[in-house]
Amino acid sequence: MPHSVPIRTRIPPPGGDHTVGNALPHDSAAWQIQGSARYIDDMPEAAGLLHLAPGYAATGAKGAIVTLDLDAVRAAPGVVAVLTAQDIPGPNECSPSIGGDPILADGRIEFHGQVIFAVAAHSRYQARHAAALAKIEINEETPTVSVDDGLISGETVLPDYQFLSGDPDRTIAASAHRASGNLRIGGQEHFYLEGQVALALPGEGGVMHVHSSTQGPTEVQHLVAHMLEVPQARVICECRRMGGGFGGKESQASQWACLAALGAHVTGRAVKIRLDRDDDMIMTGKRHDVLANYSYGYDDKGRLDAIDVAFNARCGYSADLSLGVCDRTLFHTDNAYFYPASRVLSRRVRTNTVSNTAFRGFGGPQGMLFAERMMDEIAIRLRLDPLDVRKRNLYGPKRDVTPYGMKVRDNIAPRLVRELEKTSDYRRRRRDVRAFNKTNRFLKKGIALTPVKFGIAFTLKHLNQAGALVHVYTDGSVQVNHGGTEMGQGLYTKVAQVVAQEFGIDFAHVQITATTTDKVPNTTPTAASSGSDLNGMAAQRAAATIKDRMTDLACRLFQVDKRQVRFAGNRVHVGERDISFAELANSCFLERVSLSSTGYFATPKITWDRNTATGQPFLYFAYGAACAEVTIDTLTGEMRVDRVDVLHDVGKSLNPALDIGQIEGGFVQGMGWLTTEELVYDDAGRLNTHAPSTYKIPTASDVPEDFRVTLWDSKGNREATIYRSKAVGEPPIMLAISVFSAITDAVASLRPGRVPQLDAPATPEAIARAVRAMGDG
Amino acid sequence: MARGAIKFLHQGAVVELSQVGPNETLLDYLRLRRSLNGTKEGCAEGDCGACTVAVGTLRDGNLIYKPVNACIQLLGMIDGKELVTVEDLATGHDDLHPVQDAMLRHHGSQCGFCTPGIVMSLFTLYHDKGVADRQAVNDCLAGNLCRCTGYRPIVDAGRDACGGMADDRFSARYTTTVDQLTALDDGADLFMGDETSFFAAPATMDSLADLYARHPDAVIVAGATDVGLWITKQLRQLPKIIHLGRVAGLAEIRTTDRGYHIGAGASYAQAEEVLVSIDPDLGEVLRRIGSKQVRAAGTVGGNIANGSPIGDTPPALIVLGAELHLRQGDGTRSMALEDYFVEYGGQDRGPGEFVTGIDVPRLAADEAFRCYKITKRFDQDISAVLGAFKFTIADGRIMDARVAFGGMAATPKRGAATEAALIGLALSDEDAWAAARDALAEDYAPIDDMRASAVYRLQTAQALLIKALHEVGGRDSAAMRVIGVRHGEAAHAP
Repeated sequence: MPHSVPIRTRIPPPGGDHTVGNALPHDSAAWQIQGSARYIDDMPEAAGLLHLAPGYAATGAKGAIVTLDLDAVRAAPGVVAVLTAQDIPGPNECSPSIGGDPILADGRIEFHGQVIFAVAAHSRYQARHAAALAKIEINEETPTVSVDDGLISGETVLPDYQFLSGDPDRTIAASAHRASGNLRIGGQEHFYLEGQVALALPGEGGVMHVHSSTQGPTEVQHLVAHMLEVPQARVICECRRMGGGFGGKESQASQWACLAALGAHVTGRAVKIRLDRDDDMIMTGKRHDVLANYSYGYDDKGRLDAIDVAFNARCGYSADLSLGVCDRTLFHTDNAYFYPASRVLSRRVRTNTVSNTAFRGFGGPQGMLFAERMMDEIAIRLRLDPLDVRKRNLYGPKRDVTPYGMKVRDNIAPRLVRELEKTSDYRRRRRDVRAFNKTNRFLKKGIALTPVKFGIAFTLKHLNQAGALVHVYTDGSVQVNHGGTEMGQGLYTKVAQVVAQEFGIDFAHVQITATTTDKVPNTTPTAASSGSDLNGMAAQRAAATIKDRMTDLACRLFQVDKRQVRFAGNRVHVGERDISFAELANSCFLERVSLSSTGYFATPKITWDRNTATGQPFLYFAYGAACAEVTIDTLTGEMRVDRVDVLHDVGKSLNPALDIGQIEGGFVQGMGWLTTEELVYDDAGRLNTHAPSTYKIPTASDVPEDFRVTLWDSKGNREATIYRSKAVGEPPIMLAISVFSAITDAVASLRPGRVPQLDAPATPEAIARAVRAMGDG
Repeated sequence: MARGAIKFLHQGAVVELSQVGPNETLLDYLRLRRSLNGTKEGCAEGDCGACTVAVGTLRDGNLIYKPVNACIQLLGMIDGKELVTVEDLATGHDDLHPVQDAMLRHHGSQCGFCTPGIVMSLFTLYHDKGVADRQAVNDCLAGNLCRCTGYRPIVDAGRDACGGMADDRFSARYTTTVDQLTALDDGADLFMGDETSFFAAPATMDSLADLYARHPDAVIVAGATDVGLWITKQLRQLPKIIHLGRVAGLAEIRTTDRGYHIGAGASYAQAEEVLVSIDPDLGEVLRRIGSKQVRAAGTVGGNIANGSPIGDTPPALIVLGAELHLRQGDGTRSMALEDYFVEYGGQDRGPGEFVTGIDVPRLAADEAFRCYKITKRFDQDISAVLGAFKFTIADGRIMDARVAFGGMAATPKRGAATEAALIGLALSDEDAWAAARDALAEDYAPIDDMRASAVYRLQTAQALLIKALHEVGGRDSAAMRVIGVRHGEAAHAP
């Protein structure tokens, strides 16, 4: 069977001229495969280091803490300290936004698993063992668990927000066809393989050095300083690498870093906290699950006239990042489609469950799944090929304004979809699927081709900035540091490629260093797919500043014009002569020219004003499309993905191997979200699926046997991004919607014209339920 | 005289440890005692594979490497074996193991946290003599979760590096390793600790019976794939552990005149090799139990002995008419497997009594068997429903039927009403099957849990019965299944 071969992947040449665009391996790959890549729990432990374990009430999700008896905990073997809210010197708060996230619950709990105390002991086992000895009694109130519960209680974590364009009510009423419905969209656990972990080292004079597996070191630094009531300058947060993040360590690494720092502050010793997997899954937030209620109107050709949709998102007990997440659901309700009139509303439902948070796609996938669901429904009702309905609704000339008023200027979706339609052989395979379904009684096939258009930028304007720090040493070696964090996506590799390219030196001469707040301050989380856009640009500017100084010196020394100086192949060509990069670097030192510089970048053209819902929230869009073919077993609901073709736009790729890794990995993660990954809470608000034994992310055999991933042959981003590349972290998640639509197609084959009642995730049970409902009535 | 220390091979040398707590895990030994931090903890329950190490043992004089989840493997269980961790494969970037080299070339790591475990799983496949096609690599990796890559590059790396003749530092010192492991196999009982707390690994059935009779409160451990979680998740202290792994003859699998005898100490992986010959569905169910790591350690005996209502082998073995053998002190007894399961959490097993093995009969010429495992995820998932069926057929009619389900009751359970309704049915008369299908609702009252609802469980059980009847009636399984197609089986009408 063919499988995806990274196109344009080539062995990197020895010289530096083509560093950018090369399929270099991940900078840490050689260590990772030997087990020598160091994660926080692998760092040598300082003498006297204590291990911290969190404690919570075994039962109870909501209510006052009426008993908190920690005597047995304190008396347990190895225990050195027990921390409660009263030990926190400053504000008991680790929210990334408007507050409401206590580091340790004080007086009452708002969800099952909320941390009430923490115990520091000589060993991790002793700490965990002791934590289980607490006597905690909660005056239990009935928790609000599901979105439906939350809609009844009416509580929200933030006010509603909506985009309104045209007159959707009147337009829908006047449409040739009208439909309405509900779609339940499940949440998703991040399941980063490295659980939450932090290590705090107290220094002299109240300095606190925190190693945190976090996507946002600056935020951790600020929150630790805030909690300890010390200046931010006294706290350092460092992160060399995470064992996966996916959004789950954007805001929710902070609590553990704060607890480690609090433990270090109280005991004066190094303190480490590494959550047990079950605790991690119980205590940290997930992708928001959503109930979408909608109606829409369309014409005979399946073209939409107007939509009216409300997304009710389970936010959990606090706001966390729900503002941005829920906004992005609205920003992607259109996916790649034009809605002449629309009302898209978001309700941020408060529940007594863990606070849901960022997860790759950041609300976008939920909006897009709704859009694709609508396309499928229209096609089924009009008995059209869903791809034709999709193509008719794509943005196009004079149909290019989004529900939030931004004009789509870089629309390649129609061309990209046409291309994939051809290369995936969609039309013939659709006929084959129909023929298969005619002759097979129990197994049914489905096929779907769905597009993705994803807006690139933080929708909170001030987050669109980055800093970098580059040093050149006198032997010609280079060190780069920036505010972006490495969670496996290869950001460090890409940024180092950019720096190597700028100096015309080998990638190997660029030393990558850990992200730390004492090198590059005031950074924003590595999120919103923006890592290489922001940090690549900042690092390029830092390198360019040094290169300019080196060029100036070369001009002085060799009496040539700037235009005659060229950096390439680890050498600097100066007119007819050339010297090594190292020699010029050393000359800079001797001639007292600085070889260190910062670089700073702020994304241009971002003018979004949330209060007025006007302006441009995104710099550009990333596009892709996927075609999925599935087979379902109508007796059991089991499903197999037979083939997937992906065509994805990364602009001019900085590194095709890393980009394809993001696309394939994102697709499979998205497929898990929509198929096997199911979060189950009981009525008491307890998460029942809190371990990999009960929460099922894809394994190798779930990946389609025939999986073809191709990069769109781009002439480059029309915006002046770093080497005209495009962001790639999040968009591929939503390529997996093709699988959900293909399942819908397979179920729909049972009764032409009838829309299957299929909710996400499409587990065997959900598929079986949808199959059975096709026979009803 | 019992030996008071474990001895195992690591990095070419024998390691001897006398201070081994009964609950100390292999992962804690590596990370906490040895600072060998390449092996990671991802879940501490044997589901993610980040802690995978390779364990070398002798089987019929040949050295074989199996993947093991170090997080739930007790340290004492490593006695007599060779331990290989990710640190042992290479001395540096210029000396990568072929598996590591392929992982690098195929861009098989992103965040890298699962990578050491994946390298070690692929290392065992590299040393396996079989083919390394997509199915083999997928099976090899079923117990290694990766959240970053989408697996494609890892599977490519596995297909690239594995499947040929092993040529690495381990194959180079093969005979030395065989000699060293042979020397470690001293046939002596292992007993570390005292009468109140110990890790013991008896070498003979008699010493096992004697020890367990004296300590009926001890916990018997075969693969520790269940008991390991009592330690890592429930933080239970189990002061007395008796490990079955060294008992001579207990892992024996032999052919009998009726079928096979599977010793209680035989791993799933060993049992799979012979049980697949009874019926491909039995092989497929065994292939989907846990992962390679779990099947290398866990045993069919343990799957039965612990009495779980969702164990996968009991329903299949019950319909096949398997017989269970137990021993208590010097006394032995046998029973039909189905009689062993009394109630939820309760089995017909006395204090100090242990399972010694199980006899599994072959199918007769007029018998047809089908077994289906229904899960949210195909690989390494606990069943929502497992249905097993054996029909005796004559002239297109069901003369006798045995039906059992897992996940449908408090124990693995036969369906008496269903079986009664099946007898006499014609395989050609689909309309007549409804009575048997409806009878299932009399036999079973399943529950809702995180794996499935009661409604889905019952409807699926009924659907599986219908599916089995269609297949036994002659429909090609390729037209009936999205997974586990019975390859090479000619479709035949009865």
